[in-house]
Amino acid sequence: MNAFWKKLLRNKGLLLLVLPGTVWFLIFAYLPMFGSILAFKDFRIHRDGFFASVLNSEWVGFKNFEYLFTTNDAYIITRNTILYNLALIILGLVISVTFAIILSELVNKKMAKLYQTGMFLPHFLSWVIISYFAFTFLSTDKGTLNHIISYFGGEPIMWYTEQKYWPFILIFVGIWKGVGYNSVIYLASITGIDKSYYEAAVIDGATKWKQIRYITIPLLKPLMIILTILAIGGIFRSDFGLFYQLPKDSGALYPVTNVIDTFVYRGLINMGDIGMSTAAGLYQSMVGLILILITNYIVRKIEKDHAIF
Amino acid sequence: MANTTTRARTRVGARQKKKADYNAISPLWNTLFNILIGLFAFSCVFPFLFVIIISLTDEQTLVLEGFNLFPSKFSFAAYDYIANSGKSLLTSFGVTVVITVVGTALCLALVTTYAYAVSRKGFEYRGFFSFLAFFTMLFSGGMVPGYIVMTQFLHLQNTLWSLILPLSLSAFSIIVMRTFFQTTIPDEIIESAKIDGAGDILTFIRIVLPVSLPGIATIGLFASLGYWNDWFNALLYYNNPERIPPLQFMLMQIEKNMDFLSKNAHNIGSYDAIANLPTETVRMAMVVLATLPIVMAYPFFQRYFVQGLTVGSVKG
Repeated sequence: MNAFWKKLLRNKGLLLLVLPGTVWFLIFAYLPMFGSILAFKDFRIHRDGFFASVLNSEWVGFKNFEYLFTTNDAYIITRNTILYNLALIILGLVISVTFAIILSELVNKKMAKLYQTGMFLPHFLSWVIISYFAFTFLSTDKGTLNHIISYFGGEPIMWYTEQKYWPFILIFVGIWKGVGYNSVIYLASITGIDKSYYEAAVIDGATKWKQIRYITIPLLKPLMIILTILAIGGIFRSDFGLFYQLPKDSGALYPVTNVIDTFVYRGLINMGDIGMSTAAGLYQSMVGLILILITNYIVRKIEKDHAIF
Repeated sequence: MANTTTRARTRVGARQKKKADYNAISPLWNTLFNILIGLFAFSCVFPFLFVIIISLTDEQTLVLEGFNLFPSKFSFAAYDYIANSGKSLLTSFGVTVVITVVGTALCLALVTTYAYAVSRKGFEYRGFFSFLAFFTMLFSGGMVPGYIVMTQFLHLQNTLWSLILPLSLSAFSIIVMRTFFQTTIPDEIIESAKIDGAGDILTFIRIVLPVSLPGIATIGLFASLGYWNDWFNALLYYNNPERIPPLQFMLMQIEKNMDFLSKNAHNIGSYDAIANLPTETVRMAMVVLATLPIVMAYPFFQRYFVQGLTVGSVKG
């Protein structure tokens, strides 16, 4: 006991510093984790507040999960979430790395800097703003795309009710918004590569393409792996704004735009179904956790240094 | 790992001094690459320019011609309207500024203190508190329990705190800041402060914070941008139509509901104004006003973001 207090006292300054953040984590991260047990309960608000509500709600076992998985929704939202994320991860990786290499190879560095600044802009804007941007192109009566289609004698398209275009639109805009950000990360890593590798390669007569293939890309691999693991760990989460804001929450598009996050939100706000929404959220968090642990395990098997933990 | 970034920075400097010490790509490929990247970069900036043009288009012309890059008639009516009768728009702007300023300050206080403590090797509970923070990156309670905590436990619905608190700390910013402290603050400085008799808190405030401005700027920029752009918390927690929401959420409401402006006429101004309300151009003008601060400022703070990203994306 004495040793415990002594240790506490020895660290009192740093403990005081860490205290405000700890309180925040307990309330805003760990209390909701405790709240996850609502997935197994029938939530009823109790007058004695939050804890009483959680504890007094009746246990219903896996009812909420049963309800979730017997509907068609669970399949659709899982499929949408995974496929969209896979497309975003793979295309995002390829395009970002390509752009980063191109940026690093441009002869005029001033122009490269300018392009980089331009590419970075969408990352700084909110999805609300981006959805307005998209509207200027996709609006049925005033939109630029329909103007162009009409100009060439085609029929205007009702973009916000036609499902078939949305997988492409969502992936395109998702990539467009994120590529600048990711390219910058890769570009920073490329500029960090020791120039003597390239000098040696030039002496050995390697062409530019060979240098990119045998020096730049292999040296970028660790970063690509880390970022991809992180992305795969998050494959069950999606950017809520992309799937909610961009299609303007259009009901006609739900089959192709609904992902787990939007499903949970709608379950909570539109239907007030606390139990099932929590179950869907817990399903998302659990699978996410398992996925990140698995990918990390695999990476550690292959290349120990590249694992996150 | 952070050593790499410091080394990277010195190497960039070295390369600028002696250019082209290895072969460059051929002029043909250089041109092609310039065109490709240039077009993409332009596509990133273009929508913003387009929205500016639309906001300056005459409302009647807009109805006739649609969104047009070269409208036949320009007009400042939308901006006039906002300047003269947009009281709730101004309030909304104010709400956004307040949550951005207060939120960023709170975020900086929480992140720097926590990150400093877990960056100190002498801190005997370091492992525990690092885990406490980083576990939140792996697993979370999710949206609904968070919502219930906010509304049933803290009872903060429809308050500014519901927009400020959820964003005021994240494990990611702690990693960035911790890495910054570990790599830029030499142990000797802290040791010497200790020898002079300063406690941990005094050392942190008097010695560490003043030399950590670049790191603080990075985190501060991340945070203020997060607050400025946030609409999600308002979407969850603002359900009282009497409460004027932050800018981004107001834009959302206007986008969803064409009549939002006229419905809120008592907030906005006289009824005469509604008759010839330039709805479409006013919406676009609001988009411009909500975006302008970022567009104006970001070329200057971009550098800090790049630093923050590269430090944060690499494990510390």
